[in-house]
Amino acid sequence: MPRLSAETRHRIRIEVNGKPVEGEAEPRMLLTDFLRHVLGMTGTHVGCEHGVCGACTVQIDGALARACLSLAVQADGAHIRTVEGLEPEPGRLSILQEAFRRHHALQCGFCTPGILMSLDWYLRHNPSPAEAELREFLSGHLCRCTGYVPIIAAALDAAKRLREATHA
Amino acid sequence: MKPARFDYVRASTLTEAHAVLAAERADASVIAGGQTLVPLLSMRMARPSVLVDVMHLSELAGIAIEDQTIRVGAGVRQAELLAWPALAKRQPLLALALPWVGHAQTRARGTVCGSVALADPSAEIPLALVALEGDVELSSTQGKRRVGAADFFNGLMSTARRDEELIEAVRFPCRRGGHGYAFREFARRHGDFAIVACAAVAGGTRTRLAVGGVADRPIAHDVGELEDEALTEALATFAAGLDAQDDLHATADYRRALVRKLGRETILEARRCRA
Repeated sequence: MPRLSAETRHRIRIEVNGKPVEGEAEPRMLLTDFLRHVLGMTGTHVGCEHGVCGACTVQIDGALARACLSLAVQADGAHIRTVEGLEPEPGRLSILQEAFRRHHALQCGFCTPGILMSLDWYLRHNPSPAEAELREFLSGHLCRCTGYVPIIAAALDAAKRLREATHA
Repeated sequence: MKPARFDYVRASTLTEAHAVLAAERADASVIAGGQTLVPLLSMRMARPSVLVDVMHLSELAGIAIEDQTIRVGAGVRQAELLAWPALAKRQPLLALALPWVGHAQTRARGTVCGSVALADPSAEIPLALVALEGDVELSSTQGKRRVGAADFFNGLMSTARRDEELIEAVRFPCRRGGHGYAFREFARRHGDFAIVACAAVAGGTRTRLAVGGVADRPIAHDVGELEDEALTEALATFAAGLDAQDDLHATADYRRALVRKLGRETILEARRCRA
C-alpha cells in the first residue's frame, strides 16, 4: 500500500451494518469522527476519547473495539457494526434494546450505544452468562446514571429471552 | 484530544515495515492494535511523523510452540492468546494473568507484543514475560536478535528496542514439569492498571517472584526454598529494596506492604500448584 500523506484526505471504504460506504479521512482521523462527521452516523457516542469510558464501542470484523482507539485508515476494508445496526427492521427494537427499555437500563443514554454493542457481542458468545461474569465484562463501560443494577437486570432478561427465541 | 498529523503506511511486507523504520527511526511509530498508542497520539504525548501498521503482515500472525516456548507474533491480539485452546496447559501463568489485562473490549484489539513494546511498569504481560524468563524477538534491516526479558525492560516505558527495530514476536517458556505458577493482582477496579501485581514460578529449588506496579519495570527475585519466618524476612528485604514511588493511587509504603502480603500469597499458591 502506498504511503498515505498526513496532509491529504484519503478514500476509506468500509462496510457499516452490511452496507458498503465510503468517505474521506486524513490518516489522523479517529474512527469515531469518521462515523459521526463523515458518514453522519451519530449513534456511536464519544465520551472520554481515550478508551476508558466505552461509549464508542462498536464491532469491527466481528470483534469488540473502541472506535476512539481506531483510526479510520486502519479500518479501511473492515466490516463494522454500530448501534444503528441493532434493530431487526426500521422502527422495531431488538430483544436486547427492548430489555433495556423495560428495565430502565438507561437514563441519559450517553453510555448506552457502547453497552448495547458490547452486550450484543457478549450474549452471542455467552448465551447463559452468570451475573458475576456480566459485571466483570461491563467493567469496560462507565455509566454515571443507573448504578449498573438495571443494566445487569436487562442483560440477564435479554439473555433469557434470546435463549427462548433460539429454541422456539 | 485529536492526534497531530502523521503519514500512514499499511505495510504489506516485513521488508517494507523495516525500510520505513530504518529511514525514519524515532520519528516512526509501529501501530498494531493501537490500544495504547492511539490514546498517546490523541493526547499528543506521542507525535510520530509516520505510523507503520503491521496488523496485515501474515509473517507476524499466529501462535506457535517452538523450542519449548510459546511464540506469539506481533499481530496476535490479547483475546486471541487468551482464547488459544492450549494456553492453560502450555503456560498456566498466561491463562491466569491475561484476564487482568485491560477489559474484554480492549483485549479484543490490543496485541500481546504491543503491551511488551509499551513497557508500562504495572502491565501484566511484561510481568509474565519477566517472571517466566521469556524473550523478545527484534528485527530490522540489519537482521534479527533476541533479548531476554530482564534485559529488555530498561525503565519506565523504556526498552532495549532500537529505533529501527520491530518486535516480531515474544516467547514465553512453556510450563515445565514439576513447576507451579500463580498470579495475584490488586487494583481498585477490575481492568484498572495494577497497584501491585505478582507472578510466581516455583520448581526445583527455586521460587521466582516477579512484581509489577512498584518499581519502574517488573522486578524478579528468587526466594529459593525459604519458608515461614525466613520467607517473611526475605520478602521484607526485597520489598524494602524496590524503588517504589508515591502516586495518586497508592503510597510507596502501601505498595511495599502489598508486595509482602500478595507476594507471599502468590509464592505459596505457586508451590501448592507444583505438578
